[in-house]
Amino acid sequence: MNLYHYASPSTFYPLAGKLIPWFAALAFILTVVGLYIGFFVAPTDFQQGEGYRIIFIHVPAAWMSMFIYVVMAFWSAIGLAWNTRLSFVMARALAPTGAMFTFVALWTGALWGKPMWGAWWVWDARLTSELILLFLYVGVMALQAAIDDPRRADRAGALLNLVGVINVPIIYFSVTWWNTLHQGSSVSLTRAPSMAQTMLWGMLIMALAAWMYTIAVALSRARTLVLERERQTEWVRAQLEGQP
Amino acid sequence: MIWESWQAFWAMGGYGLYVWGSFGMTLLCIAAEVGLLRRHRLQVWRRLKRMKSWDTQ
Repeated sequence: MNLYHYASPSTFYPLAGKLIPWFAALAFILTVVGLYIGFFVAPTDFQQGEGYRIIFIHVPAAWMSMFIYVVMAFWSAIGLAWNTRLSFVMARALAPTGAMFTFVALWTGALWGKPMWGAWWVWDARLTSELILLFLYVGVMALQAAIDDPRRADRAGALLNLVGVINVPIIYFSVTWWNTLHQGSSVSLTRAPSMAQTMLWGMLIMALAAWMYTIAVALSRARTLVLERERQTEWVRAQLEGQP
Repeated sequence: MIWESWQAFWAMGGYGLYVWGSFGMTLLCIAAEVGLLRRHRLQVWRRLKRMKSWDTQ
């Protein structure tokens, strides 16, 4: 398999167009299944009652907010190293979705914190580093929007993404490095999860749905970026004869 | 069925505001993102089509 073949925008565009409906359909089905488990199968929590059900949004959104940033930094590094056009496009396409999930993680966290801790917001290490993540996403989008030359904007944004990725392990380990009000992780690779099986399954399925959604949305955004950037080429001109 | 009634379901054991506030905002964000994405794509498409028609004139 020749990866360079798929790195070409003219190959990527139709391929992504074919894949998007599948990822969107998977995201929808997984969301329905995840919500069903989350609301109708998972039992009431013995400490938090029904309030804990925010977990089915909060944890997947928080995971995605960090994961998308790492993927964005990965594409930025590839783009800076090999100057591949599509890598920068992918990095750009991920930023708004990452920002959206970061906002959702913070919002649901506030709505969970109020009844359980008695505060919408506290300046503990987990919450503060997640807020910095939101600023990093918004910052890179603002930076790239402010630079007219797309190639310079790509490189400047990529550099910011590479510096900003340091924040991700800080978020992840903040609950063990500092004494935080935010609880430690209930799910880890080294220990058995400290929650009921059905709760865990609901959460994992919702996380998978968030993945599928992210892929569909990012591919769609990347396609539009490719169209704009390759507008002088014959294949884009031919595309424009069809339907959007 | 773990809920005794639909009222109990919507009340979420007294946490209704927090639970539905979370899920509602998430739905709103996703709808906004998908909507903006679609609008932007159509705008770009129309602009590129216009530019192309100038070129060929």
